[in-house]
Amino acid sequence: MYAYDELDRTLINERVSEFRDQVKRRLSGELTEDEFKMLRLQNGVYLQLHAYMFRVAIPYGTLSSKQLRRLAHIARRYDRGYGHFTTRQNIQFNWIKLAELPDALAELAEVGIHAMQTSGNNMRNVTSDQWAGVAPGEVEDPRIWSEILRQHTTLHPEFSFLPRKFKIAITASEHDRAAIKIHDIGLRLHKNADGETGFEVLVGGGLGRTPFIAKTIKPFVAGRDILSYVEAILRVYNQYGRRDNIYKARIKILVHELGIEKFAREVDEEWRQMGHSALTLDHSVIEEVRSRFSYPAYEKLPHMPDELKQAAHDPLFERWRKNSVAPHKVQGYSIVTLSLKPVGGPPGDATADQMDAIADLADKYSFGEIRVGHEQNLALPHVAKRDLPQLWKALDRLGLATPNVNLVTDIIACPGLDYCSLANARSIPIAQELTRRFANHDTADMIGRLHINISGCINACGHHHVGHIGILGVEKNGEEFYQITIGGRADENAQMGALIGPAVPYAEVADVIEDIVEAYLALRDRPEELFVDTVKRLGVEPFKERVYATR
Amino acid sequence: MTSPLEQKKIRITGPSVVTANRTWDGAVVYRTAQQGWSTALSDAAIVSTSDDARALLAESAADDVGAVGAYIAPVELKGGVVKPGNLREHIRSKGLTIDLLPA
Repeated sequence: MYAYDELDRTLINERVSEFRDQVKRRLSGELTEDEFKMLRLQNGVYLQLHAYMFRVAIPYGTLSSKQLRRLAHIARRYDRGYGHFTTRQNIQFNWIKLAELPDALAELAEVGIHAMQTSGNNMRNVTSDQWAGVAPGEVEDPRIWSEILRQHTTLHPEFSFLPRKFKIAITASEHDRAAIKIHDIGLRLHKNADGETGFEVLVGGGLGRTPFIAKTIKPFVAGRDILSYVEAILRVYNQYGRRDNIYKARIKILVHELGIEKFAREVDEEWRQMGHSALTLDHSVIEEVRSRFSYPAYEKLPHMPDELKQAAHDPLFERWRKNSVAPHKVQGYSIVTLSLKPVGGPPGDATADQMDAIADLADKYSFGEIRVGHEQNLALPHVAKRDLPQLWKALDRLGLATPNVNLVTDIIACPGLDYCSLANARSIPIAQELTRRFANHDTADMIGRLHINISGCINACGHHHVGHIGILGVEKNGEEFYQITIGGRADENAQMGALIGPAVPYAEVADVIEDIVEAYLALRDRPEELFVDTVKRLGVEPFKERVYATR
Repeated sequence: MTSPLEQKKIRITGPSVVTANRTWDGAVVYRTAQQGWSTALSDAAIVSTSDDARALLAESAADDVGAVGAYIAPVELKGGVVKPGNLREHIRSKGLTIDLLPA
């Protein structure tokens, strides 16, 4: 966990006071909506179909049990008893009242949570690997660098009025769980030949209307230089990024139009002019931030405790363990993913009661810490293996032990037309129907790793472009239709999926996905060949033939 | 369901209402013939020409304190009952189409 200092607490509290005054002036009519809109967006407040939506930041996906309990309280006291975890390590409340928002923000501030820069044309929540600090083989904890970037960019005047929103993600593992290649800036922490820690810097990734995979702009930037290098990128973006057309304003468009080589030269020139500025990170500054992260006092535990050996005889436990429990860097411990994708449930939603219960379990089994992943699941990052059987029983009672992590029913979905004012079509009921179709765990296991991503419009909050199967809702003559892509992926080998053919109506989507999965099962050359690898080997044609032969 | 946020030209082809979100809590509201707002679609002022729609929208948008984001939405009139004219408005009027709990 990271402990906020007095400066952080003061900043958050001042922000609450400022927003309270802004809301008061809005409700009295002193501020018009045009004047107020940017102010509310800078505090994470959108206007959606039914109500205001309130997006709260969970920096680098780390929460304490105390913070999660407060989020549960916000859901219960100010909303309708649940929250929605997003694809960028935020939580959204869908029914909040503007008049009550300052009180909700004040209650969040008491536990060090805020909503600053969760929307608007500024630097958004810096995200990271939800297994940061506990994943085996990690170069070092990437959250230290996320926090340094968070501190530098929060309320930074130069980054508060960018041409468009700007997102950074950081990973420190070979397997990218932070989807860095679909971010405006992706940072991969690694060591160079001299053993020095630094970053591969990627720029220009993003989804939406014009999707691009980020390209490497610099293979290695030393850690001490990362602030100045990121700032050089942002200065080039601020200078050349388009502000005349919202659809061409993201940095990915600038990188594409200039070309990565020219963009890199511009950044290098800017960086050279900045020289060894105040942004060069002193070792003591990095260590100060590092020191504010606390790590559990792990016990010396056996690799295979008796409790685990005994529980292994229970096939239901074993199924869950194999699916949802991952290796930890410390012997005797595990990382446990809590699926927020129950059969028939809205992906990423958690009730206030579930949040409270997870906080209790975190206290009992995970040193009071919870993680939030971009796949819209939660994790307990420090669970002793001996406790896994008891934890599983507790999670099962809460509906949080569905053994479907990374399987076909672990669907990423945006809120879609049920909530969102931008959406063209619904996402959640498509996801719910698919989880019912593939509810049989044996079938899901047999299919293997398969990521389905659903977006209700081209803005792509459900990351449909990079789903192994991507589903995009569109409108045709007032009806909901869905375009299907296959072969996308969001990891270290990120790529966009390919369209398989004409859009299909709402009622046929689940049938089409079943056809695609059946085609895969018939086409894969061995059970271990993943769906996405079969698509890579054969292309879309065999799947297209299967889907459209009878339609 | 093209987002009404992209609504630029006002040209209606059937009965329509003006809808918005109430400023203090964001609730869905409809402009009434009495120049107020109501949460009931049945209370909405119904317009049938583009000129009337334009006038109703202008009047509604002027009430920036009462409601926000006013736009024209289609409705259907069936047996004297007003119903939402598309899925988006159906969802705004009737609520979510989904089960919140696993089923």
